[in-house]
Amino acid sequence: MTFSQELESRFAKMLDNYPPGRQKGAVIPMLIYAQDEVGAVTPELVQEIAKRLSVKPIEVNEVVEFYSMLHRTPLGKHHIQICTNISCQLTGGDELWQHACKKLGIGHKQVTPDGLFSLEEVECLGACSWAPAIQDGYEYHHHVTPEKLDKLIDDVRQAVKAQ
Amino acid sequence: MPDLVQLTINGKAVSAPKGTLVIEAAKQVGIEIPAFCYYEGYSLQAACRMCLVEVEKMPKLMPGCTLPVAEGMVVHTESPKVVDSRKSMLEFLLTNHPLDCPVCDKGGECELQDMTFRYGLGESRFTDIKQHVDEKQWSPLVYFDAPRCILCYRCVRVCEEGMGVQALGIGKRGVATEIIPNAGDHLECDECGNCVDICPVGALTSGTYRYKSRPWEMNYAGTICTHCSDGCKTTLSVRNGAIIRANNRDRSGINGEFLCAKGRFGYDFVHSPERLQTPLIRKDGKLEPASWSEALSLVAARLSELKSRGAKFGVLGSTHTTNEENYYLQKFARTGLGTSNIDHQRTGDVPALLDALSGHENALATVGDLYTAKSVLVISSDLSQQHPLLAFQLRANYRHNRAAVYTVTPGPVRERDYAARSVVVAPGAELDLLPALADELKKHGNLVIVFGPAIKGGAVHSLVAFGDSLGIPVKYICLVSDSNSRGALDMGLLPDLRPGYQAEAQPGLALPEILAAPDLDALWVVGSNPFETAPLASRDCFVVVQDLFLTETAQAADVVLPSASAYEKSGTVTNTAGEVQRLKPGPKVMGAKSDLEILGLIAKEMGLDLGIWSSDKVFEEIRRTVRGYNVALPVIATGGASPTTPVNGHVPASRPDLIQDSGDTLFTSGTLGRYSNVLKSVMEAPGTLYKP
Ligand code: SF4
Ligand code: SF4
Ligand code: SF4
Ligand code: FES
Repeated sequence: MTFSQELESRFAKMLDNYPPGRQKGAVIPMLIYAQDEVGAVTPELVQEIAKRLSVKPIEVNEVVEFYSMLHRTPLGKHHIQICTNISCQLTGGDELWQHACKKLGIGHKQVTPDGLFSLEEVECLGACSWAPAIQDGYEYHHHVTPEKLDKLIDDVRQAVKAQ
Repeated sequence: MPDLVQLTINGKAVSAPKGTLVIEAAKQVGIEIPAFCYYEGYSLQAACRMCLVEVEKMPKLMPGCTLPVAEGMVVHTESPKVVDSRKSMLEFLLTNHPLDCPVCDKGGECELQDMTFRYGLGESRFTDIKQHVDEKQWSPLVYFDAPRCILCYRCVRVCEEGMGVQALGIGKRGVATEIIPNAGDHLECDECGNCVDICPVGALTSGTYRYKSRPWEMNYAGTICTHCSDGCKTTLSVRNGAIIRANNRDRSGINGEFLCAKGRFGYDFVHSPERLQTPLIRKDGKLEPASWSEALSLVAARLSELKSRGAKFGVLGSTHTTNEENYYLQKFARTGLGTSNIDHQRTGDVPALLDALSGHENALATVGDLYTAKSVLVISSDLSQQHPLLAFQLRANYRHNRAAVYTVTPGPVRERDYAARSVVVAPGAELDLLPALADELKKHGNLVIVFGPAIKGGAVHSLVAFGDSLGIPVKYICLVSDSNSRGALDMGLLPDLRPGYQAEAQPGLALPEILAAPDLDALWVVGSNPFETAPLASRDCFVVVQDLFLTETAQAADVVLPSASAYEKSGTVTNTAGEVQRLKPGPKVMGAKSDLEILGLIAKEMGLDLGIWSSDKVFEEIRRTVRGYNVALPVIATGGASPTTPVNGHVPASRPDLIQDSGDTLFTSGTLGRYSNVLKSVMEAPGTLYKP
């Protein structure tokens, strides 16, 4: 399996960061960045990373199973994570979640048919001071209301249409 | 000892070496600290919290399984706080446990049951509905029932650390955590079942035993595995005359609780529908069933008649029959029939090793030595495939003692994962490489050299000369293939060597020459299948075959006598390291007789005086007369392994050209393996050598 030039050099640098013999520590960042490029953690990707880090594939699989931000199937172009943990819940996170499900017609860890959006209900995003918070890809949105969420979604749709 | 630490456990003074864990120190003075995840020999986990103890001046309860002893430490293992915490831990473990003990394989020998019985609360405050997860089949031999799992990770550790396979991992997290197999929804592994065996509960179950019996409804026979030559003790669980399980939970024997797929699951050949259960006599060109008395009289009459006119006999023995049977067979041939045309399929050059070691002391390694040696050199064997116990011992030695392991093999081997050096060389070039290793090998202080059948004849002498040149104590193991390949050699199933490697005054024909002799009058084959690979040249030859199955050889016989397998009889076998162990009969197969009994009955019918054919009596004779076999009786009688002593003296070379590796892997076992549907059913079968 080969990756883009950019990712390859990123991997090379990453492996340099770990003391000799401890390269397997790179398994999480490698999985995340490779997932961004490949679209999902495919079985081939697991094999590839295991090979590069000289570990058995099952060790990589254990990590994939553990972390919810690693996905075995492709997500939407915009992966929207909505927090419903305590601070967000108290400030309308639950309603936001319901609203998003209804608006997009999908549920937890599902993808819209056009592949544009996917949804995930998550535990704490670490943004309690600005609750309710959501995350679109790597981007945070604070004090989100159903209206703000609508706008975010509509803007994306508009932009796609405009292309 | 300088580093002794003094502490108190439950008011008892204890002294233990520095670094000892509290759980082990307590054991020394007879105090049991309950534990699930702690398992001697494997890495520490501290996952189950069953072993919590109270330590004075420590604010919280401490896990006894990871806490090292300290000077002046005061430990309480039965204080109210500890007792209470155990109750809570068990209450937690049972929150989602299905408690389907009445149908669980483990019921009656389950550690969770035992702990709950001894330490449990008896009631639970959890009333939530239990989360059911369907059980999964991971291979024909391994099933997983997630709700029963208590997440002790013993299985994960035994597979990774013990087996070096690393086929099991941990999936998901929190309450949803489950053990996962390496190939998505199934296992691709050694199929050894050590994970099933070590599981304290019924979460991992065995494909061959599941839902078959309650443990208290079986009889147990501790005997020796009849497949490879490593000599693992295996305890057969017998119900209604049939073996339904094999394991070694009591850790007796040289293998502790280890067994490979063949020893643990490959017993089904015993009850194969193809087992012969009645003698067969060729009548009008066809093999027809006959009574024992008819068949035995016929054999005796023909042999007597042939003997009286000075006929040419050939006798071929087995690498799975007992020492007693092999000894009796060669005695029958040499004194009963007056021939030394006797041989078997050789798989290792033991005569050359014993000859080369003449004058050496303490130079034969035992299986135990592989665990204690400072360094081990493996030449020409894929140990993990061909000698699973030896490979297991080496891994344990590396894990616990950091032994330096070297391999010199014709292809890559699993040992390379941890070996100090693992070199692949072209077959035949193994020894050329050794001088380059000499300086490194010397450093370790002592060495065990384990060599496969490719090293034979002069090469064995060169190897021992190399060992001598190192100037450190060196011991050797000459690898042979089958459960009693070693015993066949030791007992003189050879045309040129008598029992104990005494030169035969009038050497007879060896195996290929027997088969090729155009004027052979009678061929007697006991428990081997020579016609699978070579035809019989003589057209007019009386062929008698003793076997479990109608093999290619039996099909061509004039008389076929159904014999009992090693699991059905008494006697002794000798493993590849020359350690003698005792067989104990488990099941009984109707119609079959042990080879010793068959030989005895024929001798009696022929009016020969070869001695009483009870295995004990023959063993007594072996101990008296065979060099090296004056082994410690009490050790053997109590199920232990007693090493034979080297013969110490010149041993004439015995046809190294006839030595051939059986080529068996983890999932094959010569003719026996062909009749084991279980071994054939695993997808890894038949396995390949040198492809780790
Ligand atoms: S059967 Fe043996 S090799 Fe396979 S998973 Fe279990 S312990 Fe590992
Ligand atoms: S399957 Fe058995 S051995 Fe493995 S973690 Fe669960 S309880 Fe422990
Ligand atoms: S290692 Fe050899 S003796 Fe031990 S169980 Fe396996 S086949 Fe039997
Ligand atoms: S035995 Fe100590 S935590 Fe499991």
